[in-house]
Amino acid sequence: MTGNGFFQIGLSFFILLILAKPLGWYMAQVYENKSCGLNTIISPVEQLFYRLCGIDPKHEMDWKNYLSTMLLFNLFGLLAVYAIQRFQAYLPLNPQSFPSVDPKLAFNTATSFASNTNWQAYGGETTMSYLTQMLALTVQNFLSAATGMSLLVALIRGIARRETKNLGNFWADTVRGILYILIPLSFIFALILVSQGVIQNFNSNQKVSLIQPIHYQQPANDSTGQPLKDSNNNPILETKELTEQTIPMGPVASQVAIKQIGSNGGGFFNTNSAHPFENPTPVTNFLELLTILLIPVALCFSFGVMINDKRQGWAILLAMFIIFIPFMTLAVVSEQNGNPALTSMGIDQTVQQDLHAGGNMEGKETRFGIVNSVLWAVSTTATSNGSVNSMHDSLTPLGGLVPMWMMHLGEVIFGGVGSGLYGMLMLVIITVFVAGLMVGRTPEYLGKKIEPYEMKMASISVLIMPLIVLLFTAIGTVTTSGISSIANPGAHGFSEILYAFTSMGNNNGSAFAGLNANTSFYNVIGGIGMLIARYWIAIPTLAIAGSLAQKKTIPFSAGTLPTHTPLFITLLIGVTIIVGALSFFPALALGPIVEQLMLWEQYGN
Amino acid sequence: MFKNCKKQIIIALKLLGLFSILTGLIYPAVVTLFAQLLFPWQANGSLIELSGEKIGSVLIGQSFTDPKYFWGRPSATTPFPYNGINSTGSNLGPSNPDFLASIKDRSVLLRKLDPTNTKLIPVDLVTASGSGLDPEISPLSAFYQVSRIVKARNMLEADLTKLIQTFTTARTFGILGEPRVNVLQINMALDNLKRNNDRTTSKP
Repeated sequence: MTGNGFFQIGLSFFILLILAKPLGWYMAQVYENKSCGLNTIISPVEQLFYRLCGIDPKHEMDWKNYLSTMLLFNLFGLLAVYAIQRFQAYLPLNPQSFPSVDPKLAFNTATSFASNTNWQAYGGETTMSYLTQMLALTVQNFLSAATGMSLLVALIRGIARRETKNLGNFWADTVRGILYILIPLSFIFALILVSQGVIQNFNSNQKVSLIQPIHYQQPANDSTGQPLKDSNNNPILETKELTEQTIPMGPVASQVAIKQIGSNGGGFFNTNSAHPFENPTPVTNFLELLTILLIPVALCFSFGVMINDKRQGWAILLAMFIIFIPFMTLAVVSEQNGNPALTSMGIDQTVQQDLHAGGNMEGKETRFGIVNSVLWAVSTTATSNGSVNSMHDSLTPLGGLVPMWMMHLGEVIFGGVGSGLYGMLMLVIITVFVAGLMVGRTPEYLGKKIEPYEMKMASISVLIMPLIVLLFTAIGTVTTSGISSIANPGAHGFSEILYAFTSMGNNNGSAFAGLNANTSFYNVIGGIGMLIARYWIAIPTLAIAGSLAQKKTIPFSAGTLPTHTPLFITLLIGVTIIVGALSFFPALALGPIVEQLMLWEQYGN
Repeated sequence: MFKNCKKQIIIALKLLGLFSILTGLIYPAVVTLFAQLLFPWQANGSLIELSGEKIGSVLIGQSFTDPKYFWGRPSATTPFPYNGINSTGSNLGPSNPDFLASIKDRSVLLRKLDPTNTKLIPVDLVTASGSGLDPEISPLSAFYQVSRIVKARNMLEADLTKLIQTFTTARTFGILGEPRVNVLQINMALDNLKRNNDRTTSKP
């Protein structure tokens, strides 16, 4: 890695921290319903929403109420996305006249976008009309992100409040999250993206004439549309000349902005942020990367403000960075070293500062090179974003292991908007409990006793994910319908299945995209996995919130383990890594680790 | 209980409806309005014209296979390379024999068309881009192609080297991204160079 590579990474984190701190404060103000600076503009809209819907924002809900309204709202959102896709052909704003979406794919996409996963078993520019992209997918990008933040805020209130059942009002939290946080950020960001070349229009696709016409071969069909075969039953190829290129169009920037900010990740085009119209320049790449991490990091600061102890937010953030940085470095080094098999063919993979990024460039874009592609790959999987700017399937074995393992940790290293921090808080509870056992004292966190009930719920929430990921991967590897989708042979094929269920089981959405995921098996099983991963984890989280809120606060004493010290941060990192490693190391050994050993055994020197 | 449930259902439906209108229609429409007012060229695809005819987008690569042009990254789109409406990477894994075979084929073709060039082939010239539409190559890949183009066009190597330097985009602010050369733009300049040369030589 060159000095410039280090500098780009360092600069990203520096700007991230500068922006996250004020945003964290701002979000805390929003959720505590205090003055935040935008009230005069947005408050009338907020009040209008409350009046039109009949919401009483002052009405407090207990955890069961909060949970049921959240589930209800998400269910209707899911149904709406399904319905819009199924009726796409009859709806307006469909200049390419796409047909309605197949029911199983529509189910998968609906669960995917409602659960903040944005797993895409379809190619955007070949499947979805402009109306579907906006009215179904963009809307869910806002709603699912706001839902995640609301759940986190309820948990934080559970920790901060005492001797009450009230966790706030789900409707009000969601409305505020969207109106005060997500829409203003997305609007500004979308316009910056357009200024750099991200398209934003409602035109139909444009034709341009090529400077150099190209010739290509494709299987010939007879007049009835049946493929022609020669006497040996091989398809006959015909040569076609192409003088035009079709340039795609559509309202892209508005969707890209929220998919990055809301840790959704569902792009307008098939190749997501690798597509030049979604991510045209190094500047857009820098900003899109920043926005993947911005809200998850800022929420750590919000947490500190809302519990009135900023050190706690810093401690958690520090633990996240300490896990993130070495693994990201491992991935960068692995990709920069490139593919040993190519070296023997006389291919130059050595980085040269002002000439050439070098490294493993398969599936990567020239303008991003190695460092920006890998930093993105690791960030998008550490958070639950799942947008990609390079093709993860073509990463080197170790370069692909790191993103996969970032998800295996439960996407708690920064994590999704809301979901990352509440996932991390579950691990904090487990850490506090383990530490309490070690010294034989009653475990407590921020003045609240952690008792068997909280411990049970935290364990459920941490263990559901490995269970579904490994179980579904096992089903995928022993059934014909699972294996038949594999694109790459050998250990890499297993990695494809493991990555697919890891991604869906963590509501990430990125993929080893060679795997043909648009089959009944992956659409249905994966859809179920995404639902469990999102909503089944929300239940124990809110149950803990409800239980903690009812407890008394016990004063800090000599027997209390402080949770902002280096000792605690180390313990937290240990617990996070052990849970992730114990659950997934055997599976990783069968996939990327085997592939790495075989590749270097065969071609390495 | 039942009454409360019904009330919450009505709120959920109304709120979903309102947010669908606000974030699904108004938000993209307002962004489009501002985008078209402030940045119309970018918002409509950064299209470039040659004598009144649209010939491509600065941001979307095109396939060049003629030895007299700079070639871009290999593209994995189907059924033909650089298919603008079907972006995709190859998604081939690093140990896949098909992947290694296609790298071999591409390097053999490059060497066949330029047998005197003994330099190592830059990796981005034989590996497929992520989008299949990558408009750019690394400066090293551009320099690698000089000897082939010089022969095919019968021009001076120094002119071509100068052209590459002119069309090399440095890192933004000297920091972000990687240095690169836009293939479509440099090829247009190549054709332009030839036209100008013809004009000067045809003068009496």
